Amino acid sequence: MQKRNGFKLIFPVLTTCLALMLCMVPASAPTISNAATEKEAETAPGRKLARQSVKDNQKRWGTTDHSKHEALKKNFTSGEQITEACLSCHSEAASQFHETIHWTWLASGTKEDMRYGKAGDSVNNFCISANAMEDKGCLKCHTSWSKKGTEGRVNCLKCHGNDDFNFTEAFGDINYFMTDNDPETEGIVKDIQENVKKASQDITLPKRKNCGECHFKGGGGDGVKHGDMDTSLMEPNKELDVHMGVDGEDFTCTRCHTTVNHHIAGRIYTNPAVSERKSLLDDDQAPKITCVSCHSDTPHKTSSKMNDHTDRVACQSCHIPKLARINPTKMEWDWSKAGKLKDGKPYHEEGPYGKPTYKSIKGEFRWEKNVVPEYFWFNGSMTSTTARDVIDPAKTVQVSHPVGSREDPDSRIFPFKIHKGKQPYDKVHKRLLAPLLTGEKGYWTTFDMQEALTIGNRTLDIEYSGEFDYVETTYAYPSTHMVAPKEKALNCTECHIRENGRIAELSGIYLPGRDRLKILDTIGWLAVFGALAAVVLHGLGRFFSKNGKEE
Amino acid sequence: MAGKRLIKIYLYTRFERFWHWLQALMIICLIVTGLEIHGTYSLLGFHTAVSVHNFTGLAWVVLFAFFVFWLFTTGEWKQYIPTTKKLLAVVAYYSYGIFKGRPHPVEKSPGAKHNPLQRLTYLGLSAMLLPLQMATGLLYYLYNMWAGDFPLSYLAWGHTFLALLLLNFLIVHVYMTTTGHSLFSHVSGMITGWEEIYETTEIADWESPEARKKRG
Repeated sequence: MQKRNGFKLIFPVLTTCLALMLCMVPASAPTISNAATEKEAETAPGRKLARQSVKDNQKRWGTTDHSKHEALKKNFTSGEQITEACLSCHSEAASQFHETIHWTWLASGTKEDMRYGKAGDSVNNFCISANAMEDKGCLKCHTSWSKKGTEGRVNCLKCHGNDDFNFTEAFGDINYFMTDNDPETEGIVKDIQENVKKASQDITLPKRKNCGECHFKGGGGDGVKHGDMDTSLMEPNKELDVHMGVDGEDFTCTRCHTTVNHHIAGRIYTNPAVSERKSLLDDDQAPKITCVSCHSDTPHKTSSKMNDHTDRVACQSCHIPKLARINPTKMEWDWSKAGKLKDGKPYHEEGPYGKPTYKSIKGEFRWEKNVVPEYFWFNGSMTSTTARDVIDPAKTVQVSHPVGSREDPDSRIFPFKIHKGKQPYDKVHKRLLAPLLTGEKGYWTTFDMQEALTIGNRTLDIEYSGEFDYVETTYAYPSTHMVAPKEKALNCTECHIRENGRIAELSGIYLPGRDRLKILDTIGWLAVFGALAAVVLHGLGRFFSKNGKEE
Repeated sequence: MAGKRLIKIYLYTRFERFWHWLQALMIICLIVTGLEIHGTYSLLGFHTAVSVHNFTGLAWVVLFAFFVFWLFTTGEWKQYIPTTKKLLAVVAYYSYGIFKGRPHPVEKSPGAKHNPLQRLTYLGLSAMLLPLQMATGLLYYLYNMWAGDFPLSYLAWGHTFLALLLLNFLIVHVYMTTTGHSLFSHVSGMITGWEEIYETTEIADWESPEARKKRG
């Protein structure tokens, strides 16, 4: 008994120590995991892999100096002559390029009998249609010399010229001065030609400004279309884009948008950008275009629950917290308000961010900064509406919308910018209309919508009844640029929260923190509070009956 | 009854107490973090709650494996064999007799530390509720490895419901510890291992095969 009493003293001490130790388990576990996230920065496998795959970034080299080539030492009098010079060495470049969407502006799509693409019958809810390349205003972004579109010759310098030189203006001047036979202007011509020569010898692989000149300014101005692409990406910091940040990895566009025979990877328009989310480890032929290509599909630390997300949630969904973080992007465009004049003249109204909220030629706009994306199931394809598709004007028309579903194993939850529009449609044929905007007969000159629609639809050879009204539309842009540093990735509770989460509307999944089976929850809590009430009552009973003991 | 003397017996071995308290802490921790993950409230932050919940949950499975091992190697499992004998008497005691100061119909003894109601409850808990909760938790945790088309919602609903049942048990269980000879005698018994019982209490034949054997 004596011995046992000794144990009696030891045991409470031991138990207390144990209890104390155990108290520290829940307290220390989060510290461990926080420390882990810190370390993760260095050891996350996806990061390591990606660094490895781009370790020689920017060390691209060539074997030629274009300023030494005889072909480029001529006195050019037209852009076509420069192209001729390029092709004298790069013999297959033009024929390759003629096959690409950058030249044809035509795309394949879901319906066999439709012509998709800018040069086809596709429409959007910005400037609506390029009118089969008849709207010459659109052609300043076409990769040809002059305004002949696909009838002209390839302008190699649009993508490969390193100099911001204005060739069109220079050749205009040269041709003007050359015809006036004035010896005094000969010197001027020589000067201009020297500048042309210098600019045409300054050749580069496509840089951000080459791509950005059109892709950052799509829809008629900086940041109009995409939300994740605007001129802030010309020289972004890491904060805006971890990949392109000039203070970080400093990627050019072509670092990810790799090229084969002038076909550039990564277009998302009717067809998936890539058909498979392949890692370079699986297949070194895969174009480096998806996040997975370099980061693998288990990029987070091995033990991290985050890796369990990658089969259903796109990386972009968490790693692009907001769109248009530096420059604003256009969110709404109402064509029905266009055409108002002041003293017979068109006018502008400026709103927040110094951006127009009204333009007589275009209508009413709304711009937004730090846009929270909308999320949809997405398998890499977008629907596209043409001016031949029949629409239901009673509903908002989805001119472009992501394709995908919970059931499709290739679909991920993906972030989008949704641009809302109000644009003209044919009340009789129930089709979206394609107004001609620029040129003498264009709406921007005449302010006559009826005429612009008639001529515009004629360019596409689509019948127009003559009766139009405006319909509400949406256009979706997948977001994949402006990936923020890992510390700026979304918190779990942006989605894992009972109400008003970012994917509050997304069905077909069980989302912890958001979802519950109300009836089971209610029964469970009734049991808990029932037990609580029962023990309180029982306890009170014992207290007042003094456990039955008479004092 | 009045003549009986209170003595202390060594009822809970060191491992049993260690297991009991560790499991208690783990279950409390799991309920607290689990309800946060369920969206009931926000406390540690979702990310931390998930990390702690997963860590603790896995640790619990390990602890439970040791418990099962201990249960069978020591023969303690016999203490969990259910019986209906005197079950109603125990129920009657807690719902009526206790207010009248009547003695507990089944005193604890080294061979039978659980009364019939406890046997039933703990068997249900140890053989059903806890393993089920661990199973649903593990399947939930490893969902990506096996799931296919099986909806996560079924698992999540079950896991949440079982958690609320455990919380229900926890409340009643903690309260019941106050029904001993004194308010804290059961708790201190589970801490020190030494429980107060009445000296003359005998183990009934049906409670322990050993007792039966001893008496021939």
